[in-house]
Amino acid sequence: MTRGKSLSADAEPGGLDVALAGRRGDFTIDAAFAAPARGVTALFGPSGSGKTSILRAIAGLTRLDGRVLVAGQTWQDGSHFLPTHRRALGYVFQEASLFSHLTVDCNLVYGARRSTGGVDAAMRRQVIDLLSLDRLMSRAIADLSGGERQRVAIGRAILSRPRLLLMDEPLSGLDHRAKDEILPFLERLAASLDLPILYVSHDLAEIERLADRIVVIADGHVRASGPLNAALTDIGLGLVRDPRAAAVLPARVVSFSEEDGLAELDLGGQRVFVDGSGPEEIGLERRLRIVASDVSLARAPLAVSTILNILRVEILAIEPGGRADLAILLAVDGAPDLTFMAKVTRRSAARLSLAPGDRLHAQIKSVSLATSAMPRSR
Amino acid sequence: MIDTGDIFSALTLTLELATVTTLVLLVLGTPLAWWLARSRSLFSDMVGTIVALPLVMPPTVLGFYLLIGLGPSGLGGLFGLRSLAFSFQGLVIGSVVYSLPFVVQPIRNAFEMVGDRPLEVAATLRASPLDRFFTVAIPLARSGFLTGTVLGFAHTVGEFGVVLMIGGNISGETRVLSIAIFDYVEQLRFADAHIVAGGMLVFSFLVILAMSRIGRRLGEIRP
Repeated sequence: MTRGKSLSADAEPGGLDVALAGRRGDFTIDAAFAAPARGVTALFGPSGSGKTSILRAIAGLTRLDGRVLVAGQTWQDGSHFLPTHRRALGYVFQEASLFSHLTVDCNLVYGARRSTGGVDAAMRRQVIDLLSLDRLMSRAIADLSGGERQRVAIGRAILSRPRLLLMDEPLSGLDHRAKDEILPFLERLAASLDLPILYVSHDLAEIERLADRIVVIADGHVRASGPLNAALTDIGLGLVRDPRAAAVLPARVVSFSEEDGLAELDLGGQRVFVDGSGPEEIGLERRLRIVASDVSLARAPLAVSTILNILRVEILAIEPGGRADLAILLAVDGAPDLTFMAKVTRRSAARLSLAPGDRLHAQIKSVSLATSAMPRSR
Repeated sequence: MIDTGDIFSALTLTLELATVTTLVLLVLGTPLAWWLARSRSLFSDMVGTIVALPLVMPPTVLGFYLLIGLGPSGLGGLFGLRSLAFSFQGLVIGSVVYSLPFVVQPIRNAFEMVGDRPLEVAATLRASPLDRFFTVAIPLARSGFLTGTVLGFAHTVGEFGVVLMIGGNISGETRVLSIAIFDYVEQLRFADAHIVAGGMLVFSFLVILAMSRIGRRLGEIRP
């Protein structure tokens, strides 16, 4: 977890390294961050915080001073500036913005035709399968639903052979049903694409499902950046204060019980049970979502309880939460990187005389999968 | 005593003039409309105003200035001629100026309707500015081009005052249909005048009908 500016330590070959500054409207942007060569980095912040301006500047659509390095290529620095069409990027806008004068297929290959290498039939097939576009190919753009349009727009961006995929709140214009329809596709995409993805959102739930890393933006500045769970459980950052505050931890499915439909997952050597979808999940990595207010702490494991998931944990830190609450930062015993929060009243904490270093049992009323049940295709 | 040869030569001349004028207007008007649609400067506002002037100015005023402008101290002199007036080229120049707003305005409005987003999308898909213009801006503005073409053509067919001022009335050279009608009526050849006037009435009706039909078709395939 890094705070503030100067994060070039995070930069790595093949990744993204950005340092941009300038005025946009009535506030200044001064943001520097890096993203690894693979996986989803979320740009998170309230609306009006400058996320979209930063994304547009990375694409060269608006001009900010500074540098943009992508996969070892300099897109802009103090001395030169590549125009947007010379930057190998894919950009998915808030609204799908398909070309209404072209067919679905012509939309899909518009960028591919103009990229070095042209249209690769196998790649086109792969994208059509990945986004389930088959049934849309013969339809008119005007007859596509919002979600379907966004899927075509995503496919179009990927087919242009980008080295960086920029997504500007691609779900914000959609209703709940369409969102739920697209999220699994985005998850598959994130898992199968070998390039950095920058995903702008103000919706923590989307980020919990998709992102591996997070850059928190406020007033045009980077407040923090680092692995997703580190930010979610960083008390100083304040995401914890959200009533729905949750931690997202990776766990591997080890077995599935046909009898009661529960999947058994390995979380840092301990066992967690969640609603599963079937035995085909075995061996896959899943994101577990643990909501802070669902976690209670006990000195000894409860012998008789309906609570299924009890983890041995260690207290890393205790911080004030609300007026009556404390936020307790916990690590899974034996896996200090797997951290999550418990929201506990001050009175209970005093009664148990909780202190950092204590080893306890965390009873988790509900553990859910942050990702959907759809198995990854490849 | 209907002189069909006379009418026919006026008809072909009119169609020729309208076709050439419309083509010239599309070539010149498209980049002009694009610039007017995208620039916000005072200069572009002034150019936009000049382009719109023929809408409100009396054709004789325009014709008068064109007559001077095409003369020996103007364009005519530049080409080493006494004057470009009273020639087909002169008529084309006059018609282009006179019909300019009818072509530029619809195309400009259509470009403004397209907006920035489709062009930004095309830029993120590796399309160069020229590529974006031809593969995105023009196809999306096609209804404006249709309207501009039809209006430019029809307006050129119907012009009278400017032609009279700068073209005179030379049969086979500058006598277009609208002038022919004027002539026939002056000579009390009402049968001839009826044929031409009736033909132009039907033509105008068909043009506007066709335009609204095609406009609706184009509208249907837009989102």
